[in-house]
Amino acid sequence: MLQADDVTLEWGAPGLGHPSAAAAPWTPPKTGGPQEKESPAGQGPPAGRGSPAGRGSPAGRGFSLARSSPGLHGVSLTVSRGSLFGIIGPNGSGKTTLLRLLAGILTPASGRVLLDGTDLRRFSRRAVARRVAVVPQETHLAFDYSVIEIALMGRYPHLGTFCLEGPNDVRLAQEALAATGTLDLQRRSFSTLSGGEKQRVVIASALAQAPELMLLDEPTASLDLGYQIEVASLLRRLNTERGVTMVVATHDLNFAAAVCDHLALLSAGQVMASGPTDSVLTRESIQRLYGVEADVGRHPATGRLVVVPIRKAS
Amino acid sequence: MTTGATSEVRRRLLVSTTAFGLLALVVCLVAPLVGRTPINLWRVFDRSIPFHDNVDAQIFFIARLPRAVAGAIVGSALAASGVVFQALLRNPLATPFTLGVSAGAALGAILAITFPLAVATLPFSAVPLASFLGSLFAVAIVYGLATARRLGLSTHVLLLAGVTLNSFFSALILFVQYIADASLPRAVRWLMGDLDVATYSPIVAVVPFTVVAFVTFAWLPRSLNLLAAGPDAAAARGVDVLRAQRLAFFSASLATGAAVSLGGPIGFIGIVVPHLVRLIVGADHRIVLPASALFGAGFLVACDVIARTALAPLELPVGIVTALIGGPFFLWLLVREGGR
Repeated sequence: MLQADDVTLEWGAPGLGHPSAAAAPWTPPKTGGPQEKESPAGQGPPAGRGSPAGRGSPAGRGFSLARSSPGLHGVSLTVSRGSLFGIIGPNGSGKTTLLRLLAGILTPASGRVLLDGTDLRRFSRRAVARRVAVVPQETHLAFDYSVIEIALMGRYPHLGTFCLEGPNDVRLAQEALAATGTLDLQRRSFSTLSGGEKQRVVIASALAQAPELMLLDEPTASLDLGYQIEVASLLRRLNTERGVTMVVATHDLNFAAAVCDHLALLSAGQVMASGPTDSVLTRESIQRLYGVEADVGRHPATGRLVVVPIRKAS
Repeated sequence: MTTGATSEVRRRLLVSTTAFGLLALVVCLVAPLVGRTPINLWRVFDRSIPFHDNVDAQIFFIARLPRAVAGAIVGSALAASGVVFQALLRNPLATPFTLGVSAGAALGAILAITFPLAVATLPFSAVPLASFLGSLFAVAIVYGLATARRLGLSTHVLLLAGVTLNSFFSALILFVQYIADASLPRAVRWLMGDLDVATYSPIVAVVPFTVVAFVTFAWLPRSLNLLAAGPDAAAARGVDVLRAQRLAFFSASLATGAAVSLGGPIGFIGIVVPHLVRLIVGADHRIVLPASALFGAGFLVACDVIARTALAPLELPVGIVTALIGGPFFLWLLVREGGR
């Protein structure tokens, strides 16, 4: 079983602070692991949305994960509000665990997760879900729901136990479907959709949750190239147009390079490096992370980094 | 379109509840009229004839109505429990009967019937309580198997666990009957699933259990919808998973216990009814759960009419009829679901 301890995760957005943020500024975790290099003193320069603070510049406002959980040891990360944050690393490095911690589904043995400076454990499940949505790697449903029903499930944390969805909920769900290009599928049954359509519907359901933070676990793992590009542009669009902060765990280095402005490199449950994509995604880091020699260059047309694996490093 | 979908859930809920409710009501009213001795509904409710002279009314109210009422309670409780177990275990083949929960409840009930002295001081019948404890015990084993050792909730594990529990509890039931030397005809029929309750008192005894179970069911449907995607996905949407699972297991055990103490371990209601209902109303548990409870009532009462009349004057235990319908249905479903 995986374990997580000495984890410090923080999510926040300078400039877009939540009211609770100012009241409860980020504080350092009690269990200072060797990996925790972040200093609460760095609470200084508030960056605007879109200029996310990476590791080493914790924001006073946001979502901060400081806890331990399976497979993570002494992890300290800060995700700034508005950023598109990638988590890459080999199998079993703790990517999914990190996402589960951020979603509050998992509680660390020591350390904590902070959301706008407040420990996630202080929120009810429902209150967390009103702000954080998760897109799992795969969605298997035991029953045959329609697409609109899936999208409306995103409204769960906003509704009381006995409430039926109101016009506003239906509007939000349909907007979310429209944003992912699946509105015309709304009467279809989920089980009849293709892999790419399913993934977009699940993203729409998460979007209908109206989250500030969206966590995506391998969003392109089961998709072909066309859908991968579709999901990549969808994530970027949602990030810029709706200001949804995204944390994306992925195997696909080129997907990460194309989509994410910040990356954390996870290796054996620890953060190997973290920062802006351009400075973190290097030959050396890829060799250390995967034991693979790779060329990292900038593509002339897209202006984004491109990773070409060459051979297994000896 | 924008507001259409809102009223749509409400409309579907209203239409399905009304339709299935009317169906259940009609079946429950017609069922007591059918039988070896034909009776006249107008004479039954004819107030001008004194009750002790009104043979039709006596047959209706004393011989046949308790049976229909018991059938309605048992049918709706088993169907609703089936819906809850299926959503909870994320498996369309899970039911009180196939999981061995009914057998556990039957063991509890048999123990209470065979050894009444130990609990004779209670102010109410101990049979439903013992039956509930038996079903809770079986559910705890299923839940433990499903969560412990990462076996997961695969169909194989559930079916094997159900088969094992069924033979385990059946053996214990036979053992209890053997040492008590009390294989009364009624007990034998009851173990096959029989609604011949004869009086209203066993019905009254299970009403509190059934009411608590159904009130708890009312809290569940939205959470069940999300649990269908798995506990992590449900938690991420804001469901308090542990609380929802506990409430669901508790209420489904309660309903199964009540149903079994009244009608014995009647099989396949929990699988036939929810699946037919889903074919008609879709997958949303806010509609499926009440619709299944109502349809289950009508379905079992109708099955009981067949049991009473098919080989008249011989009266079959209703469990045989539901097994004849449900067995092939279950196999068909197994083949279909196995392909997924």
